[in-house]
Amino acid sequence: MIPLQVVAILFVACGALVVALSRDLVRQAIVLSIYGLGLVFLFVVFQAPDVALSALVVSGIAYPLVLVGAIARLRALQKREESR
Amino acid sequence: MSRRVRIALFLVSVAGVSAFLLWGLAGLPSFGDYAGPYGDLISNLAKPQRHIANAVTAVVFDYRGFDTMGEELILFGAASSVVMLLRETRDEDVADIVDRVRSDATNALSLLAALAVLVVGLDVVAHGLLTPGGGFQGGVVLAAAFLIVFLGVEFFAYNRLASTSFGEPVEAFGAGGYVGLGLVSLALGLAFLENFMGLGTFGRLTSGGSVLLVNFSSGLAVGGGFLVIFNEFLQENMAARYGR
Repeated sequence: MIPLQVVAILFVACGALVVALSRDLVRQAIVLSIYGLGLVFLFVVFQAPDVALSALVVSGIAYPLVLVGAIARLRALQKREESR
Repeated sequence: MSRRVRIALFLVSVAGVSAFLLWGLAGLPSFGDYAGPYGDLISNLAKPQRHIANAVTAVVFDYRGFDTMGEELILFGAASSVVMLLRETRDEDVADIVDRVRSDATNALSLLAALAVLVVGLDVVAHGLLTPGGGFQGGVVLAAAFLIVFLGVEFFAYNRLASTSFGEPVEAFGAGGYVGLGLVSLALGLAFLENFMGLGTFGRLTSGGSVLLVNFSSGLAVGGGFLVIFNEFLQENMAARYGR
């Protein structure tokens, strides 16, 4: 195992912990996409560029957007409930 | 169940799971050790048999093309269920919302970025048989180009460019095309999704025979599918924000 691979594994392990421990939803979505970039790095140093590309677009673009969209929707609903 | 019983139960299960886990880990092959013949076979056969440089694409769209069709239809199902759950808001309800990002510099740069991402997406799809990438990855990149228009320019322009009536047919055409290509193989007396075109010159954009068409149709299916999903979320959010 080359040192870069060790770094990638450690980064992903710590990143997963940080994602799980974040309590604020928006912050968690942002941390999640940074963690996703860590995964991309991991796939690249393990010579899986195809998987890295998929991970880049899914965890960098699609997943955070869906999450942030859902959070915004939830907040709008909550506001509507409160104003009643 | 009292606290003490729960903790005891927890400790017993942790001990059990970690014992099995460690036992399993101890029996793993060492790092980088590769025992299976399949990968070696594919990397040696993809070039002579299929004229495809990217062995991963050869597996995904040819040797295991049927598997990928299932994955394709999973995305189709996911997009359809998002639509079914969220289709309270229609295209017309949000058609007149102009949610502009108030900075000319951001607008201009985002438009440029969207065009650049569009080109990169097309490049990733087109070179799927030669370099890492292909229909799936490129499709998501293509959908992301439209998203940049929303993020950096305005919702109105995004909604005009990528309304549901654009994403849905693209997705349906892609997913249907994938299955259709398999049926063409069947009609020609071959196995489902078997290559039915000339393989072309190795290393050219047009190499790979009908795998190329499968690659493009999956790009359309994935790009369209992600557009449909993005659309539903964005329209919902806009409707909620503007009280529609």
